[in-house]
Amino acid sequence: MTTPRFARRSLLLGATALLAGTGAARAQGSPENTVFLSTQLRPLEEAQNVREVILKGYAGKFDYVVDEPASFAVRVEAEMKSGHHTSSLLGALHGELQPLEAIGALAPLDDLAAKLTDRGIPAPLMKLGQLGTGHQVYIPWMQATYFMAANKQALPFLPSGAKLDTLTYDQLSQWAANVQAKTGKRMLGFPAGPKGLMHRFFEGFLYPAYTGGVVTTFRGPAAETAWTSFAEIWKHVNPNSTNYNFMQEPLLSGDVWIAFDHVARLLDALRQKPDDFVTFPAPSGPKGRAYMPVLAGLAIAKGAPDPQGAAALIDYLSKPDVQIITARSVGFFPVVKAELPANLDPGLKLAVSAISATQNAPDALPSLLPIGLGAKGGEFDKVFMDTFQLIVLRGQKPHDVLEKQAETMKAILAETGAPCWSPDPPSAGACAVK
Amino acid sequence: MRSRLIPYLLLLPSLLFLTALFFVPLVQTVALAFHGGDSFGLANFTRMANDLNFRDAVVNTFSIVLVVVPLQLAIALGMAMMLRHLKRGRDVVLWIWSIPLGISDLAAGLVWLAILTDQGYLNTLLFNLGLIAGPESWLTYETPTALFVAIIVAEAWRATAIVLVIIVAGVQLLPREYGEAADVFGATPWQRFTRITLPLLKPSIQTALILRTVLAFEMFALVISLGGRNFPVLVSEAYQWQYVNQDTGVAAAYAVVVMLISLAATLIYLRVLRTPREQML
Repeated sequence: MTTPRFARRSLLLGATALLAGTGAARAQGSPENTVFLSTQLRPLEEAQNVREVILKGYAGKFDYVVDEPASFAVRVEAEMKSGHHTSSLLGALHGELQPLEAIGALAPLDDLAAKLTDRGIPAPLMKLGQLGTGHQVYIPWMQATYFMAANKQALPFLPSGAKLDTLTYDQLSQWAANVQAKTGKRMLGFPAGPKGLMHRFFEGFLYPAYTGGVVTTFRGPAAETAWTSFAEIWKHVNPNSTNYNFMQEPLLSGDVWIAFDHVARLLDALRQKPDDFVTFPAPSGPKGRAYMPVLAGLAIAKGAPDPQGAAALIDYLSKPDVQIITARSVGFFPVVKAELPANLDPGLKLAVSAISATQNAPDALPSLLPIGLGAKGGEFDKVFMDTFQLIVLRGQKPHDVLEKQAETMKAILAETGAPCWSPDPPSAGACAVK
Repeated sequence: MRSRLIPYLLLLPSLLFLTALFFVPLVQTVALAFHGGDSFGLANFTRMANDLNFRDAVVNTFSIVLVVVPLQLAIALGMAMMLRHLKRGRDVVLWIWSIPLGISDLAAGLVWLAILTDQGYLNTLLFNLGLIAGPESWLTYETPTALFVAIIVAEAWRATAIVLVIIVAGVQLLPREYGEAADVFGATPWQRFTRITLPLLKPSIQTALILRTVLAFEMFALVISLGGRNFPVLVSEAYQWQYVNQDTGVAAAYAVVVMLISLAATLIYLRVLRTPREQML
């Protein structure tokens, strides 16, 4: 008796799912809703937070749709070329919006920018939003970066004279060596797993800190020193690092005491055990305390079906209280002047203090995400990861590896024609390895 | 006239289905693999072969297949022979043995990861037995042998059941007369196994070997969850090129290599293990 009833129930369930599916599809295509297409806040939980927490108080109707960066670019370009627009508001990283501006897919936002002056978005951020055109192309939306977190148990082993906020790479190496000497374990960790963001460490932190650039200085004595020092640091790194994707996990389990990662990938540990951890900026090298700011912006597609709705959403999302809600629910931090409430959860406070210590460090050296590489971004990252694998994991000579990888790097930049981005000095044509 | 057409009409949907969803993508993949840059050629294959992980991926893939497939066949044969001698509860044992069949390879990978990770069950057990002083790492680039053994054990655990099911089906078809005749002539159990059972099981063994070998060459989720970046195999490299490096051409080249290897393995099995018509049961 149970089998047929069970079968009938699952049939019903299936039919309900089908109906619900078509309903959702219809809602997404509903013409009166403003379509908000974003490459950020893609994971299911974060996207749900956007719909139900961040935009809860928004009066208009909207559809929040997410897309991978590569298909986002293809989609916006296809909508522009076909003249058949569905997306109005575009949310993406600085480096993802720049190529769209280059093909003329974004509407100028000077009027909107003038209206939003009271929000107190810092002038350097607004200037980044002009993408060098002299017009406002996007309005800064939210920001994040990478920093370091350490278990308080590691603090007694800091080398004498070293301070967390002014740590150098040499001191980090010494610190990790001290921890290893005392505990017998390698307790420094990096997110070098298959889904980890290790490549960003090389592109935005190690390279600029040692060489002052990323592409132009890819090879040469300074780059060789960077890799030699990092190979030295790696001697004290937990060998499971090539499996770590999110450093919050080994930090929580105690496998790692000192770690580097993106704020969103550390936040769980800081929130669960705020009393166990300290946070601080990434170390500095000979050229400064390099760091990679991650800036997301909001732009309106040229020819958007609902530019008014899109502008209203930008206005709403840049309100100080909404920016704080954003920080609380998804861990991206305000770009506007927003007083963080005193009752902010302690984990978030740890993150905010590390981000502001990073930005306000006297030797801070901002190093942007790669710009203009499009679909070649993956291969650009691979150059750094291959170099890492060959020099650090397989112990090959930095000079030979860098000479060979520089050829691959040159080919990628020649093919894309991407001009240099900060901190490499601006270039007339494609950025070139010296 | 009409009745002669019916079998073809009934086959038509499946043929259309396979053409649309298997043959067409196959041709497209091959075309992609040979389409490097602006012209047709071997550019993608050159890039693949010059990549730092290619050699490792080939060596790792073949090592796994060469170790795990014979191991699984031996275990499955042993299990099938034991089952044959069970008088009662045979179905229950067979049912329990085939549980891993229902577990996806990703789930199996995660189960074994939970066992073998630093804070996992194995280390906890060894620590409680006083065999180790603290967490030992089994899955890092510094412990390639332990990592390899872990993958072999996990794969044997996960996929021996399918070989077992095929062998058991074959064993059930064996006529008893041959075995009884061998008893009359005083054959030892080992002689009976090697001279009678094994040759008669050849068609089942062939099927099982083809299936397992092809699937072992395509192993992916289990290796990724246990080995990550430390243990590249051909299919994980194809995935890496497609989704991380975003180069569809090189990913397609890997796919073509995997396909050619699988085809070659199948042809070898068909040739080496063929059963002459007069020996068929």
